Amino acid sequence: MHHDFLDRYSRLDTPLHRAAAGVKLVGALAIVGLTVAAPLAAVAYFVAVLIGLLAAARWARIPWRYLGWRLLWLEPFVLGVAFLTLFQPGGHRVFAGIMIKSTLCLLTMVLLANTTPFAELLRVLRQLRVPALLVTTLALLYRYLFVLVDEAERMHRARVCRTFDRRRAAVWRNLGTVIGQLFVRSTERAERIYAAMLARGWK
Amino acid sequence: MHIPDGFLDVKTAVGAGVVAAAGVGWALRQARRQLPAQKVPLLGVAAAFIFAAQMLNFPVAGGTSGHLIGAVLAAVLLGPAAAVVVMTAVLVVQCFLFQDGGVSALGANIFNMAVLAPVIGCGIYRLARPVGRIAAAAFAGWCSTVVAAISCAGQLALSGTVAWGVAFPAMTGVHMLIGIGEGLITALVLAAVWKARPELLNQPAAPAGGLAVAGLVVALGLALFVAPFACSWPDGLEKVAEHLGFDAKAAKTPLLASPVPDYELPGIGSPVVATALAGVLGTVVVFGLSLLLARSLAANKES
Repeated sequence: MHHDFLDRYSRLDTPLHRAAAGVKLVGALAIVGLTVAAPLAAVAYFVAVLIGLLAAARWARIPWRYLGWRLLWLEPFVLGVAFLTLFQPGGHRVFAGIMIKSTLCLLTMVLLANTTPFAELLRVLRQLRVPALLVTTLALLYRYLFVLVDEAERMHRARVCRTFDRRRAAVWRNLGTVIGQLFVRSTERAERIYAAMLARGWK
Repeated sequence: MHIPDGFLDVKTAVGAGVVAAAGVGWALRQARRQLPAQKVPLLGVAAAFIFAAQMLNFPVAGGTSGHLIGAVLAAVLLGPAAAVVVMTAVLVVQCFLFQDGGVSALGANIFNMAVLAPVIGCGIYRLARPVGRIAAAAFAGWCSTVVAAISCAGQLALSGTVAWGVAFPAMTGVHMLIGIGEGLITALVLAAVWKARPELLNQPAAPAGGLAVAGLVVALGLALFVAPFACSWPDGLEKVAEHLGFDAKAAKTPLLASPVPDYELPGIGSPVVATALAGVLGTVVVFGLSLLLARSLAANKES
């Protein structure tokens, strides 16, 4: 897994990238909050937000192609739930409203992720007095996420190479074993990490 | 089950956020008290583990595939408080990095999948453990998925996005099926860990007080979400009735004056009763399946 697939452009050097992470976080949250709370009739507001977001993307030099692909990738998850609204009277209005609002919010969050490295968001969380245990967990999760996904894929591939049984029961059992082994390796890795943290003076 | 932005109105989003924050705060305090210092990195790595496990798909039927949620798996492997912290971290990263689940719905998503699912799942696991660890874990995995789905349906209905009469059967029905996969994989993973490193599963039992507090948090959260249905329920049903063309029939008989004739009308009371009955039946069937699965896994281990 390429680790930069999610926030490929977060380390560019533009005015938007240099802006304080806290300001960008608060700004993004404000846009999302207002968009969610806005009445459907406020078409002018939605258009203004869309133009503003696109201008910000241009300013941050994030390619349209990339934005489009990210949205296309995320939209099915929205549609999956939005589809439920069509089963009620007047549902098409609710459906349209949800699609507009969620697409604008998705665009906002993709922009935030691609202008602000995750480590800086964590620093903001720490300044906001989010409990240290949660921030540490988030930091370690971000650090080891890609390592463990790669490890899982390696184990899975190795297993597939050696297993010729394509029956569903076998596939499920193998998957259980792979995930179980992954947990065992994770606990061993956590022990090594703790030793390394102590060696560097962590308290 | 990740709710995107735009699906929840302000009152539901804020309400769920407050309840979720209370639940996560409780879990953080509990975890800090119970967890020895050398286990702190384990939380982060376990969160990465749950994330990686969620990316491995398994075949379901007809070319579709599902993946693990992992709430009960985390709860059984690490304990309920640590599981809440781990699942919360997973959801926060999914929201901010993957844009999977909205920021405004983050509280609701955390409540459903990171507080309700592991705490209820762990409670059921502990209650059912006398039957056998593996069977208990499979059953708890199924229950946690269904409970999270019901809570999700409640939040959607409370926001006025999807009527309760539509959201409840749809979400519960789908997740009663998805839950089977969740329970199966949870059981298979635990059996594999049990075989490789049994000492990882032998944690000291948490003090009874912790579980009581957890139960209280859940009851409070549920009360907050379910209580409003006392008034919004008929509304949702009326919408379905209108949709299905039953409202003309219902209009002839006053709704509140005599409830009995209403119960005889098809379509008014029966969808909910039928869903509830199906739920009870499904629960019993899944419990039986969990027992069978555990027996077959145990037989495998001996051979």
